[in-house]
Amino acid sequence: MTEGTSTAVLAIETSCDETAAAVVVDGTDVRSSVVSSQVDLHARFGGVVPEIASRAHVELLPPVVAEALVESGLDGGDVDAVAATVGPGLVGSLLVGVAAAKALALVWGVPFVGVNHMEAHLYAAFLEEPTLEPPLVALLVSGGHTMLVAMEDHGVYRLLGSTIDDAAGEAFDKVARFLGLGYPGGPAIDREAAAGDPHAIDFPRALVDHGFDFSFSGLKTAVVNYVRRHPDVPTADVCASFQEAVVDVLVTKARRAAASTGARNLCLGGGVAANSLLRSRFVDACEQDGLHPFVPSRSMCTDNAAMVGAAGWWRLRSDGPTSLDAGADPNLRLA
Amino acid sequence: MLILGIETATPQVGCALGAHEGVLASFHAAKGRRHAEVLTPAIEFICRQARVTLDDVGAVAADVGPGLFTGLRVGVVTAKALAMALRVPVVGVSSLDLLAFPVRWTHRRIVSVVDARRGEVFYGFYRQVPGGVQRVSEHRVASPEELCSEILASGDDCLAVGDGALRYADRLAELIQVEVAEAGLAYPSAGSLVQLAHARAVREDFVNSWELAPVYLRKADAEINWHDRIRVRPGGDPAS
Ligand SMILES: [Zn+2]
Repeated sequence: MTEGTSTAVLAIETSCDETAAAVVVDGTDVRSSVVSSQVDLHARFGGVVPEIASRAHVELLPPVVAEALVESGLDGGDVDAVAATVGPGLVGSLLVGVAAAKALALVWGVPFVGVNHMEAHLYAAFLEEPTLEPPLVALLVSGGHTMLVAMEDHGVYRLLGSTIDDAAGEAFDKVARFLGLGYPGGPAIDREAAAGDPHAIDFPRALVDHGFDFSFSGLKTAVVNYVRRHPDVPTADVCASFQEAVVDVLVTKARRAAASTGARNLCLGGGVAANSLLRSRFVDACEQDGLHPFVPSRSMCTDNAAMVGAAGWWRLRSDGPTSLDAGADPNLRLA
Repeated sequence: MLILGIETATPQVGCALGAHEGVLASFHAAKGRRHAEVLTPAIEFICRQARVTLDDVGAVAADVGPGLFTGLRVGVVTAKALAMALRVPVVGVSSLDLLAFPVRWTHRRIVSVVDARRGEVFYGFYRQVPGGVQRVSEHRVASPEELCSEILASGDDCLAVGDGALRYADRLAELIQVEVAEAGLAYPSAGSLVQLAHARAVREDFVNSWELAPVYLRKADAEINWHDRIRVRPGGDPAS
């Protein structure tokens, strides 16, 4: 145990292409957070290759865990629980983190806690804003998921809407690849868009007027068709206009979700929440509507284990340990 | 020295505890391919039955393959994490060595054959030596036909052992000099693992946990033919 009744959680995240470990005390105090990105391994394939990701996790995870422990100043014997992402994600990658976490929990004689990756993205907001409390609405946007969630209390979620086809991050990657901007697409488009006119092209905003579900595959097709018809269009204008359309839909629906649930707190999370335009529009919209915006720092939006440590601490408090015979669930749902 | 062995290279998941007096406890389950779910509770179980604690373990041994990639990774990363937390060294043993070990009394050439799926097998040749077996070929991945021609070319009488030998028993049986070992020997045994690992551990023939790595023998598909297979984030994968 660490001092007094505090709980030190060693957390592991291997759901996709980041190998990460962190030590978080009592859900808010990040003692260390180490992220080893595999982006260079996957860049030449234009996307994450599951088998390559799984192989890299086996190699990278033990030293990443060791570094997180050393940086935290804690010894293995000081760890009170081991948390790991159990889904959703790439099953082979998830299993590496789950197996390692259970082994560590077994040696140290402490609880293992399985964490939902999307719940972890949501808890990134709690990690950095100790004043944040449910009820709230969260907009979670990543390469694999786009969802609006009402959080009524810790562990109590209602799914308001999600994507019916591509996730927002997936649209960024596909458009970036089409435009020859390389991988990963999010940061590439963000950079290009800075020099472009967001109103140069009026791309479609699918489903913007109704409900809380999202659709981004039509937008991707519209970008492809537009560029084929106008081969001379500046790439910066395409990026800026595309980004404008994505952000417009995301923010419009998040505001509507807050209004419909009466929530006063609006949180942003997931890898796409590192996008500059989305961050600023999100905060502006909250100001206009009199809502409290919670936008985690960029390093807490992209995949990391500190957020898993925060979510794991809450899960341990509410549900207790996860059984050691748990596995991974690539399609794990939040609600 | 107490050795904890972890065996997950085939559809079977297994673990065992061994010391100089032999195998103290072992567990095997071959149905369901739930390596990640079964392994940690099974380790807890054999420790309890053998009345030892993990703190008594002096080295962790793992079957490093070749074999099924996902199972192999679960076993290897579990071994690495255990060894790291216990601050003990590791011993990596090949799945093909493990298959040959229990049939070491045959005077014939032994060929260990693990089903590699996709119409291929992992295999290696062995011969009997005092106290065990010795590799007489590189470990390879190839089609059963290539294995058969290699056996034919050698002219040796062979005992073929492993789930790959059973799967392609019909083809191997067409060769007059091949006998296929029974189903009870089809998977590597965690008991053999701790026996082989113990002998190596007493010679201090072990490595640090970070040096332990699965033996894949086959590149990731994407690398085999990556320009044909470029895909952007397969559906359902949370990129970040
Ligand atoms: Zn993520």
